[in-house]
Amino acid sequence: MSPTNIFAPVSTPADSIFGLSIFVLLNVAAIFIVVFALLAYVVVRFRNKRSDDQKEPAQIYGSTQVELAWTVIPVLIVLALFLASARVIASIQDPPRPRGALQVIVTGHQYWWEYRYPSLNIVTANELHVPVSDPAHPTPTFLTLLSADTDHSFWVPRLAGKTDLIPNHPNQMWIDPHEPGLFLGQCAQYCGTQHAKMLLRVYVQPRDEFERWVHEQQQSPQAGTLSDGQRVFESTACVNCHTISGTPAKGRFGPDLTHLMSRATIAAGAAPNTSQILRLWIKNPDAIKPGSKMPAMGLNDQDLDALTAYLETLH
Amino acid sequence: MSTLSVNLPEGNFDWRLPSRGRVGMYCLIAAEAAIFTIFVVAYLFYIGKNVNGPKPKDVLHAPILYTVCLLSSSITAHAAVRRLVAGNMVAFARFWLLTILLGGVFLFGTAREWAHLILQDDLTINTNLFGTTYYSLVGLHAFHVTMGLLALITVALFYFGARLRSEHADRLEILSLYWHFVDAVWVVVFLVVYVIGV
Amino acid sequence: MSTTTIAISELPAARPFTLRLHDWVTTVDHKRLGILYILFALVFLIVGGIEATIMRWQLVRPHNDLVSPEVFNRMFTMHGTTMIFFVAMPLVFGFANYLVPLMIGARDMAFPRLNAFSFWMTALGGIFLYFSFLGGDGLYGAGSAPDVGWFAYAPLTAKTFSVGHSTDFWTLSLLSSGIGSIGTAINIIATILCMRCPGMTLGKMPLLVWLNLVMAGLVILVVSPLSAAQIMLLIDRYLGGHFFDTQAGGSAVIWMHFFWIFGHPEVYVLALPAFAFASEIIPVFSRKAIFGYPVMVLATIAIGFIGMSVWAHHMFTVGMSAGANTFFVLSTMAIAVPTGIKIFNWLATMWGGKIRFAAPMLFCVAFLFQFLVAGLTGVTLAVAPLDWQLGNSYYVVAHFHYVIVGGILFCIFGAFYYWFPKASGKMLNETLGKLHFWLFTIGFHLTFDFMHVPGLLGMPRRIYTYEPGRGWDTWNLLVTVGVLFQGAGILVFAFNLVWSYLRGKAAGNDPWDAWTLEWSTSSPPPVYNYAVIPVVRSRRPLWDLKHPEDLDWRYE
Repeated sequence: MSPTNIFAPVSTPADSIFGLSIFVLLNVAAIFIVVFALLAYVVVRFRNKRSDDQKEPAQIYGSTQVELAWTVIPVLIVLALFLASARVIASIQDPPRPRGALQVIVTGHQYWWEYRYPSLNIVTANELHVPVSDPAHPTPTFLTLLSADTDHSFWVPRLAGKTDLIPNHPNQMWIDPHEPGLFLGQCAQYCGTQHAKMLLRVYVQPRDEFERWVHEQQQSPQAGTLSDGQRVFESTACVNCHTISGTPAKGRFGPDLTHLMSRATIAAGAAPNTSQILRLWIKNPDAIKPGSKMPAMGLNDQDLDALTAYLETLH
Repeated sequence: MSTLSVNLPEGNFDWRLPSRGRVGMYCLIAAEAAIFTIFVVAYLFYIGKNVNGPKPKDVLHAPILYTVCLLSSSITAHAAVRRLVAGNMVAFARFWLLTILLGGVFLFGTAREWAHLILQDDLTINTNLFGTTYYSLVGLHAFHVTMGLLALITVALFYFGARLRSEHADRLEILSLYWHFVDAVWVVVFLVVYVIGV
Repeated sequence: MSTTTIAISELPAARPFTLRLHDWVTTVDHKRLGILYILFALVFLIVGGIEATIMRWQLVRPHNDLVSPEVFNRMFTMHGTTMIFFVAMPLVFGFANYLVPLMIGARDMAFPRLNAFSFWMTALGGIFLYFSFLGGDGLYGAGSAPDVGWFAYAPLTAKTFSVGHSTDFWTLSLLSSGIGSIGTAINIIATILCMRCPGMTLGKMPLLVWLNLVMAGLVILVVSPLSAAQIMLLIDRYLGGHFFDTQAGGSAVIWMHFFWIFGHPEVYVLALPAFAFASEIIPVFSRKAIFGYPVMVLATIAIGFIGMSVWAHHMFTVGMSAGANTFFVLSTMAIAVPTGIKIFNWLATMWGGKIRFAAPMLFCVAFLFQFLVAGLTGVTLAVAPLDWQLGNSYYVVAHFHYVIVGGILFCIFGAFYYWFPKASGKMLNETLGKLHFWLFTIGFHLTFDFMHVPGLLGMPRRIYTYEPGRGWDTWNLLVTVGVLFQGAGILVFAFNLVWSYLRGKAAGNDPWDAWTLEWSTSSPPPVYNYAVIPVVRSRRPLWDLKHPEDLDWRYE
């Protein structure tokens, strides 16, 4: 089963759309069957047969009744579809906002996702964690969508329809997944060279697991003696783009790395977060995601090893 | 050699269709109106959205005199064509040249306004949203005035070369449609820039 | 009515090649310009098809490495831009140029020199766009063909995000062809309104002429907004303007509005002439007059008007208010009504007829089935919430290719088979025509039927590769296989064109036993079209001549 199937919703916006889609598809299928059958009939029944006399058939120029019939019926169908759409638009775009709602600010970048949880003081990247929502007592997550550069679009089909992230044009969307699990998606508005690998991973977690994750994200790394790797990090250009809280690294251009090891993937889902791949990413990002904004750092092997080891301590 | 059988019409037939030149000019005007509409929409949309820089009410002064000149030039253009229809070549020339003069004065007024805005008020096309939309809209209009003026001057040259005749009045009327359009656009631009946007 | 015979002298035997070439390059004859437009379009059809093939090959399996992401992104940008502006538009203008004067009993278009100028501005646009592959590198090495998508959304097109000149090739080439399009549209309108032969009131014009009139009106109103937006983009990129500069308070969304105010009616600019071909071919091959001529005219005008009010259905995911979204759902669905009416009228034309399935009719019948599907997938996308899932996915790509290839291109193929005899004096080979039809139809369905599925399974568009394990792999493979059949069909078609031009069966004036004026003159027509300007009394002047016992004008 496809993990990004729009017909397998687990959250209210996706559910509403799914319900509407069934209604629409049934209508459309009915129209198709009727007209297709008529066309097929005409094509067979009124074929010119060689046995026919070659006189021209009766010339019929029109019929007002027939024209009225096939105007009125489509208008009624259009009306029905329109009313059904209007209802779902209102329910998704103007939702109630219960007090248990979590707020996340999503900022799209070329080619990664920045997530800030203002009420929890958390900053992370690329892997969104949200609590599961009980339909009886909903705890939806509201996403404010911003962009740091070009247009992007947040699309996780099983959770909701897509909403764009447009610079200078904040957008809102919401999800309330009622099933825990990992839900996949990707950027759905062409944003440049590596649009294809700006992937989305949404972890929907039971309440206690989510709280545990929050707690871990809120910790700052222990300040202690500088490891070799940390020295490399802080003396190279890394600090210009990345933040590691509790250190002088405060760059905002690239993902926050404070809890890098809590993530299963790097480069917005483009590759798994393993030692080997992490090292390759720093050495030669183009091998994994050619055209991404991460530069090849030009470090020697020793520094590279130390740096990777340091990053692997960032839980 | 080949031959063709044709059916020849019989009897009289009153078959009159509009003139190609006129229809063509109306179509051109429609297309140009669509372009101006987009620039006007952008101007209106961006009113009040400046992040920094000079604001319209700080630096704009409605160019009443130059507007009067431009709008009067439509009247003189019309008068010129009437004279040409009547065969009064000298009167035609007077009104036609007056049209060109009035159009030229308008352009001079625009240039003067821009010089002031750029040199005194520090407003250029890249200063802020107001600068961008103002120079684009007014500039697009001024460009069209210039094109129109070049056409009018060309006609004047034909006159001075003794090649213009009363039979050309219809064509000049079509040309003056363009000039009236340019003036009508100025009415809209004036309202949007100096009245609504301030 | 009296009849007489006029001798027509033919052109002297073959002039030297350079002189003939010069004739073609300097021509102002609507028939030659029509043919130039069509040949130009056919060349770019092959080029655009190659670009599509490269993309499909890259997507045949996940994580393929046939081309780099940079090259792929140029491919989809160039493919879209080429197919719309340098294939479909020139085909539409080419056929309009060739047929409109003939069908209204005129000797040429209203402004022959403007006609030539318009063609060459379009040609310049196409050549300039492709020059970008060679000359786009510029000073900074960041060049080559544009890679911003055919709708070039801001702020991706800003200098910051599109370094170098590749975007400027997109802008300038389309500004050039835009001038050509507007010039041709002015010409078409002036021709139709001012040069119809005596007796041909607006209510007696062939439907093809009506449809081209409305198409030209649309071009005048909607190509200009695109040109305006492109001028604004140039001002942003080169004069430091802020129209779409989001850092300075500018709006990315306003580019979308301006673009789609052009972009949506553009599909009607392409579709209406396609409907025109169907409206001429289906009656002749069913041996019946078109059913409901006045309704067809009204439906066309309705489509023209409503078509200018639906544009933001391309922007349902952008974050417009619920009210705005709802409005555009309604207007978009509304346009399904007159379009559906047309399908029913074509159906009713065939009802009770004696249908002959020669190549032109095969293509038009396939058009009817396929356009039905295309329209219905359009209805599903008009439902904004459904578009929130399916927008910008392969479902949309499948939908619009269904419209443009399955609908419009099929009608254009029909038009080729129908009017090639008139233009060249030779019939296209019927067996090759049927082979072309079946190969292309099979390929079309393999590709575009199955393409809906990855969209429904979450695959967005404009991605140079995709992850395995999302259920997209097999579908992408099938889609790619269809390309082979379509390519084969096009090759057969191209061969047929050349072969038949050189060795085809002589066509005569009226090989199809048709009823509009162009079939009354020779094949090919003399340069002046008609020795004597015809006088008409009904919508089907030749039917009246052939059936004096059953005159059309008694019933119209």
